[in-house]
Amino acid sequence: MADIVLDNITKRYPDGALAVDKVNMEIADGEFVILVGPSGCGKSTTLNMIAGLEDITEGELRIGGQVVNNKAPKDRDIAMVFQSYALYPHMTVRENMAFALKLAKTPKATIDEKVNEAARVLELTQHLDRKPANLSGGQRQRVAMGRCIVRDPSAFLMDEPLSNLDAKLRVQMRTQVSRLQRRLGTTMVYVTHDQTEAMTLGDRVAVMRGGLLLQVGPPQALYEDPADLFVAGFIGSPAMNFMPARLEENAIRTKLGDIPLAGEVRQALEQGGAGREVIFGVRPEAFEDADLVNADVRDAGIPFSAAIDVVESMGSDVFAYFTLEGDRATSAELEELAKDSGGADMSGEGTQVVARLDAATKVREGESAQLWVDSRSIHVFDPKTGENLTRGRRNRDSGAQRTAV
Amino acid sequence: MASTTREKVGWGTANTLIVVLALVPVLWIMSLSFKDPTTISDATFWPKKWTLENYRGIFDTSEFTRALLNSIGIALISTLIAVVLASMAAYAVARLDFPGKGLLIGMSLLIAMFPAISLVTPLFNIERALHLFDTWPGLIIPYITFGLPLGIYTLSAFFREIPWELEKAAKMDGATPFQAFTKVIAPLAAPGMFTTAILVFIFCWNDFLFAISLTSTTRARTVPAAMGFFTGSSQFTAVTGSIAAAAVIITIPIILFVLFFQRRIVAGLTSGAVKG
Ligand SMILES: Nc1ncnc2c1ncn2[C@@H]1O[C@H](COP(=O)(O)OP(=O)(O)OP(=O)(O)O)[C@@H](O)[C@H]1O
Ligand SMILES: [Mg+2]
Repeated sequence: MADIVLDNITKRYPDGALAVDKVNMEIADGEFVILVGPSGCGKSTTLNMIAGLEDITEGELRIGGQVVNNKAPKDRDIAMVFQSYALYPHMTVRENMAFALKLAKTPKATIDEKVNEAARVLELTQHLDRKPANLSGGQRQRVAMGRCIVRDPSAFLMDEPLSNLDAKLRVQMRTQVSRLQRRLGTTMVYVTHDQTEAMTLGDRVAVMRGGLLLQVGPPQALYEDPADLFVAGFIGSPAMNFMPARLEENAIRTKLGDIPLAGEVRQALEQGGAGREVIFGVRPEAFEDADLVNADVRDAGIPFSAAIDVVESMGSDVFAYFTLEGDRATSAELEELAKDSGGADMSGEGTQVVARLDAATKVREGESAQLWVDSRSIHVFDPKTGENLTRGRRNRDSGAQRTAV
Repeated sequence: MASTTREKVGWGTANTLIVVLALVPVLWIMSLSFKDPTTISDATFWPKKWTLENYRGIFDTSEFTRALLNSIGIALISTLIAVVLASMAAYAVARLDFPGKGLLIGMSLLIAMFPAISLVTPLFNIERALHLFDTWPGLIIPYITFGLPLGIYTLSAFFREIPWELEKAAKMDGATPFQAFTKVIAPLAAPGMFTTAILVFIFCWNDFLFAISLTSTTRARTVPAAMGFFTGSSQFTAVTGSIAAAAVIITIPIILFVLFFQRRIVAGLTSGAVKG
């Protein structure tokens, strides 16, 4: 058991590429931290530096209070699960799991005991004498985890351990990983670029982009209070809706209508002066069918009408898609997000907006609908820096209670 | 259907033709080796008079057995050293980035392409000066030199196939670089090592040029060279029979060697390391 401290960690590859840029993070003993971000943002590099597989260019890495920058992986007492599992193909499952213990010259009886125990926990007992080639993807994944468990390390590192599995197995393994971590209580750093995994698994989530650590916090905090445009767009599914907007006196002029500003948000936004162009962000669940909004909260938002393109019913709620004419919001962050999600969003005219409505809604495809947007849960971003101007502030007068819609 | 039948027939004919072309000289040599010295030039394919006289003849003196011993010893030692060195070099070529890597690859290619005949005279002089002439090391060293490029090329191809992450995993499991190499990488590259061993062994075993130029007595003379010094059982008998018998005998170890290692060349040894 140990805590891990990244103190201004920087990685510059020999070819000059800056993969990780001054990352600071403190991972408490027993904590489950998720590193998430788009492809190429430096997640694996960060993990490999913690593991000792990559040199640290600058900064200090402390595990359990000790500086380990120059320690070999084997002296760091850390176990790692690789994306490809990296099982030794010429060894049986038992030998794979026992390899580390054997190298550490553990007595044979202890090795057997530990391997059998790990196999029992991971339901691999009947496969112990098989070679990895004869196992299914899920079983291989469990062997890879077993190889880590038997060592009883002070921390686990996992680099996209589930990305090779099919969707259904991934969900199963996800719960297994999380159960395992709680059972063992071992510090764990888990890399993924799947935001669902990030939201569901960890105690805290760290979002990276282009080598920078953008924000670290509990999943809910990241969701409700993203530090910038990138985090806002990356966390949450369906993603936050973004559109260009203009700051006016006491209100923000969006394509949905003028949304009144109040309380802390108004104070914060007024400092920058009126008439400013900003990016307005609103999560799908901030919308509602205007007919279904309770009378007591109706005033906290504004109604607007929209021509619904597509309606997807999920049973518990309904996703309604509509398009806003005119320019879409542009910024470096949004472009990268679009690239990361396959670039599909960049095609077509206007801004597509997703609204998550109550299942009781009567909206139809191809018809115009009266919708309502909650002005208390809006985000305003600076288009140049991507900074969330409304971070940590509520768009309501102080003292007002936040009521569920 | 018609085309596949035709294809089958076509391939069958081609294969038979090649096998026959390859085997006829072998059978001929075998037939010659069983012919009585008096009928050696009767130009028939099957011996009219079968005899083991030629075989007995070559084992009469210690000359041939001594050459056989030299051949086996020199080829085995050269192969062993060449494979060990080549696997280390190939590992470095495949896995590490070090200054002069391109130069190393280029040099080994150069050695492989360099006409050996042009090196014989300098080697002869060097070895005489170093007192290596007509000794086992005198042949082993050039064999290793010429076996290495072959080995490095074959093996680095095999090493490249082994997933990088296996090595990282071994490191995480607490292996030193040497342990990672011997316990994880080398076992997985075993098919490559056996392939290389076969190729290098055949090269050493068959070499005539160095064997004839760098030896002068039976001390280090290998079979291909020794065969050139055969004399008939008497001054008037042709040596053809003895040479044929020797040729048959020296193919036996190589067949055994190939058969022995071939079973160890199992394809797909690395399957299962990663999700396929
Ligand atoms: N050995 C290397 N030499 C030079 N640059 C590298 C090397 N390895 C990675 N990089 C660069 O460093 C950056 C971060 O890479 P890294 O592998 O950490 O990304 P990642 O976040 O793990 O991405 P993914 O989700 O695709 O695995 C990338 O831009 C990559 O091109
Ligand atoms: Mg990665």
